[in-house]
Amino acid sequence: MTTTANLPSTESPALTRLGSQLDVERIRRDFPILAREVHGKKLAYLDNAATSQKPQAVIDAIARYYRQENANVHRGVHFLSELATAEHERARRLAQEFIHAASGNEIVFVRGTTEGINLVAQTYGRAHLGESDEVLITAMEHHSNIVPWQILCDEKKAKLRVAPINDAGELLLDEFEKLLGPRTKIVAIAHVSNALGTVNPLGKIVALAHRRNIPVLVDGAQAVPHMSVDVEALDCDFYAFSSHKMFGPLGMGVLYGKAALLEAMPPYQGGGDMISSVTFEKTTYNKIPFKFEAGTPNVEGSVGLGAAIEYLNAIGMDRIQAYEHELLGYATGKISAIPGVRIIGTARERAGVLSFILEGVHPHDIGTILDQEGIAIRTGHHCAQPIMQRFGIPATARASFAFYNTKAEVDALARGIERVKEVFR
Amino acid sequence: MADLRDLYQEVILEHSKAPRNYRQLAAANHHAEGFNPLCGDHFTVYLEIDGDAIRDVSFQGSGCAISKASASMMTQAVKGKSKAQAAKLFDTFHKLVTTGEANGNHSDLGKLAVFSGVSEFPVRVKCATLAWHTLQAALEGKQDPVSTE
Repeated sequence: MTTTANLPSTESPALTRLGSQLDVERIRRDFPILAREVHGKKLAYLDNAATSQKPQAVIDAIARYYRQENANVHRGVHFLSELATAEHERARRLAQEFIHAASGNEIVFVRGTTEGINLVAQTYGRAHLGESDEVLITAMEHHSNIVPWQILCDEKKAKLRVAPINDAGELLLDEFEKLLGPRTKIVAIAHVSNALGTVNPLGKIVALAHRRNIPVLVDGAQAVPHMSVDVEALDCDFYAFSSHKMFGPLGMGVLYGKAALLEAMPPYQGGGDMISSVTFEKTTYNKIPFKFEAGTPNVEGSVGLGAAIEYLNAIGMDRIQAYEHELLGYATGKISAIPGVRIIGTARERAGVLSFILEGVHPHDIGTILDQEGIAIRTGHHCAQPIMQRFGIPATARASFAFYNTKAEVDALARGIERVKEVFR
Repeated sequence: MADLRDLYQEVILEHSKAPRNYRQLAAANHHAEGFNPLCGDHFTVYLEIDGDAIRDVSFQGSGCAISKASASMMTQAVKGKSKAQAAKLFDTFHKLVTTGEANGNHSDLGKLAVFSGVSEFPVRVKCATLAWHTLQAALEGKQDPVSTE
């Protein structure tokens, strides 16, 4: 049952040179947790698609914020409030530049990707969907890009349509196009699949949808840590991502939306900060993005996110992408060569994720045995149960990478899988 | 450091590869479904109850080695027992997999004692007890599937 998985495409000397410019051993020293041991073994953290580790720069920025700058934002006239507001809004500009958005007012701070998608479903979605209208997603979505749309469709008596994928885990573009109809009100799709690693051809997808005047929301949670993202070039209408998967703190994220769409959308939650004026008769909402940011914001989160972006900028997303491309290619070759291993998700374009199963051994048992070797992977359905059903398996073992991972850690994973086979021999 | 061999004992591996009483039970008058959403384990336990006695018991489904072996050995352990005896055995088994001790009831456990190593792997307790929770639901005639969450 061994499958020779496709190595990621476009092996180019220029890309290899770019990747080799990354000094991984130096980078690893920036992440204090990577130096710790687990069960007496050197930690190999290969669960980055679940959450990433944090560099000292992010940890320090959050500590500095609480030691020197903490205050409520936007409303205070005192020094600290101005300072905290400046830091918060500086992070917004960094996020804007990071994904190449045209304006800072297109950057809505949210708790994470999940809240970003729910925000769009509950505002844009509720305003635009009627009975028998349709939302189009794909068969490779995370539960967070399925359930918000199901809730909306239930409420509106609308239909959730699902574009199929092939055995490699690639979207069938022809089928996708056929599902775009006069009743399709929005397309919601992952940039990179969390369970399969597939990189979707967003340019083509957005063009197909826009030809019919259908807006596209992109779940960017698994893309932003691995590649340079340009929302203007993609021309997508919404793009959501999480701070904690890109080396920033938990509980923080960004929803990008085109200004014209955000302007026209009703507010999400009511409260302080999202209003211009309130009387018992009438409330005027604040301008975007503040209209969608009710309540005291997560300033610790924005400061940490800003520090993570500056850290990534200093390394360069193009270098990170090139290095990870090579690492994933190495891992795919190494792990798929182990007899009994089958790679789940063999798309030509992949990023960050290597999902696999091992003949005769349940992924949960693989996870426990690897953990004893200090290797952290995720096992289970990865919040993407429909994908497991598509491939007819209950679960997979998933190794997911970041730019601080090494070929030595991939080798440790391969040895760990051999150890699993010994235990189950 | 916990030893993997304490968890993956030969008897457990053997049962996981060749589970006993792994079938639907034609004469079943009770059955229940159990899920572990964490890892996707899913079992159905079938019972043929005669008065107070568990005349026959079987199971089907998919899961990790620990959950499958536990289900297999459970069917062997409770067949022919009274409902009360089965409930007491679950109680003892639960103590074993959570604490590694059986409070002096070790002899009741018989072969099930091989699961004592599970206590060193707290995240795997749910795997070891899924079939037992499902058995309990079947005995109580519960309609909704049980979940370990």
